[in-house]
Amino acid sequence: MKSLGSFRRKFAPWNDPEAKPYISFENVTKKFGDFTAVDDLSLTIYNREFFALLGASGCGKSTLLRMLAGFEEPTSGRILLDGQDMRGIPPYKRPVNMMFQSYALFPHMTVEGNIAFGLKQDGMPKNEIDARVAEMLKLVKLEQFAKRKPHQLSGGQRQRVALARCVAKRPKVLLLDEPLGALDKKLREETQFELMDLQMKLGLTFVVVTHDQEEAMTMADRIAVMDKGKVKQVATPAEVYEAPNSKFVADFIGNVNMFEGTASTVMPGKVDIDVPADRITIRTDATRDCSTGQSVGFAIRPEKIRLSRKEPANTAVNAAHGELYDIAYFGDMTVFHVRLESGRIIKAASLNAVRTVEDPLGYDDKVWVNFDTDAGILLTA
Amino acid sequence: MNTTWSRFNIVSLVIGFAFLYLPIVLLVVFSFNESRLVTVWAGFSTKWYVSLFNNKSFIDAAWVTIRVGLISATFATILGTLGALALTRYTRFRGRMLFSAMIYAPLVMPEVITGLSLLLLFVAIGFDRGIWTVTLAHITFTMCFVAVVVQSRLVTFDRSLEEAAMDLGATPVTTFFKVTLPVIMPAVVSGWMLAFTLSLDDLVISSFTSGPGATTLPMRIYSQVRLGVTPEINAACTILIAVVAVGVVIASIANKRREVQKARDEQAAARH
Repeated sequence: MKSLGSFRRKFAPWNDPEAKPYISFENVTKKFGDFTAVDDLSLTIYNREFFALLGASGCGKSTLLRMLAGFEEPTSGRILLDGQDMRGIPPYKRPVNMMFQSYALFPHMTVEGNIAFGLKQDGMPKNEIDARVAEMLKLVKLEQFAKRKPHQLSGGQRQRVALARCVAKRPKVLLLDEPLGALDKKLREETQFELMDLQMKLGLTFVVVTHDQEEAMTMADRIAVMDKGKVKQVATPAEVYEAPNSKFVADFIGNVNMFEGTASTVMPGKVDIDVPADRITIRTDATRDCSTGQSVGFAIRPEKIRLSRKEPANTAVNAAHGELYDIAYFGDMTVFHVRLESGRIIKAASLNAVRTVEDPLGYDDKVWVNFDTDAGILLTA
Repeated sequence: MNTTWSRFNIVSLVIGFAFLYLPIVLLVVFSFNESRLVTVWAGFSTKWYVSLFNNKSFIDAAWVTIRVGLISATFATILGTLGALALTRYTRFRGRMLFSAMIYAPLVMPEVITGLSLLLLFVAIGFDRGIWTVTLAHITFTMCFVAVVVQSRLVTFDRSLEEAAMDLGATPVTTFFKVTLPVIMPAVVSGWMLAFTLSLDDLVISSFTSGPGATTLPMRIYSQVRLGVTPEINAACTILIAVVAVGVVIASIANKRREVQKARDEQAAARH
């Protein structure tokens, strides 16, 4: 089998103007009474894509998934699946299958019975059902649990039964609602890779809803960051992390130090931002258009900030003096909280690349914070 | 846990249980009395049971009661389950609160009123009173109990089970019979048993709505008692008690065993 990576690197249909989207949401709005769960949302998902809907609870991501499955109808707008308008098509006639957050295994049926349920509804002959069920059990490594009832299984096993059950029908699209939410951390990490492997093997389109950004970053080809029923950004995990398009996305994904100021000098390719509140001037690459006097934001990730006891060569821009206020040791890395002279606290992370450091930074040490012009990102929204 | 028993606790327990069970024990004991006099013990005998089984009016009444019970419990279960489904599922229809409250009303309504209003209805529409009017009356008052029992189960029912079934291609009807009904079955069965027991021992509503040839066992016993209590009635009551007791004991043992088995399975599963 080809490795996951070689396929992943080439897989980017969203950059191909010729590629036809497989699922399209066109100006979809969903209201529950006065509450707008999904607000005039448009989104396209491509065939064989692993797509993640990421957002806090109540952002409308689950509603979006339920509309795709057919449990809710959009108040306005339309959903196309492989070119077909899905309006009015009941869930039992849609070529999508969903894995529920609670797994929703039928408690009165065995593992086999659960997996065979969907196949029986299609009127598949008995011997073919048996063969398919056996194949699915093998796929999720539950062969010896075929005759068990759901309550006789552990959480991880139940999750795999739920997965086998919705994959058994070979749907075009698999919808996963917080698929790993109920598993403990270690099992979750293993299962993430199993899911990615499965998606590749079966060549399915996966749409997964999650509130766990690490999960989305690990598994997905693209992530849609959602807030209050709207999509804030759709991009690959690296783009979402390194090039967020708004303060919301920058703040939502990962750790970030956010500065609010005004563009004081606009130079070719560079912008200076005055941040009077934190008594610092930031010089950054002008990745977005902005004009002098415009109020702008600047986001920088903790790992892109350098700490040193020595004063940097240039202290006019991108540098500030402060003292170490807090140290959080994570094993693989350490996060330092630096209190600047203005009182602002900055997070700076450093990788613990060597086991022991001579004269490590300690509490209350005076340090300089500095970073390069390409370390952070200019935000105008 | 504190396991020391104070004298007060023991005394109150004994008095409480005596109050509940002494009359029943006396009734059972005197059903085996040799003497015709209910208050004088004259030795052990099963002759009243023999005479009971030879008493055609009692046997007829027993058959009427069983038939009414089986039919009314079955229909009450179907209607009550449907009612409970409607009330828990369609949470947004107009007047739902009113309907919800109304389903509880017959539970607290004096039986005399239920019986009388049904009698007036049957007379008004010219329905000849007999076994069918009793059955209808029993369906009416027992379906509320079924609805309440099933409703309490449906409140905790995980709707995503039904959604999963439909997602896997099952139509709403298939979903109901293959998923919803099997899952709520224990509640439906308890509802049926409750309806059957209520029908079995109902006297007031039966008296109002029954007609010639449709005398139920409680009615038969009651009319007999007015002529004086005989050990035959004690025997009839003892049989009724035995039937109900055996039913209750079997049901609770089965329930307990299922729970224990489930707990054991879950523990075993967690160890994997």
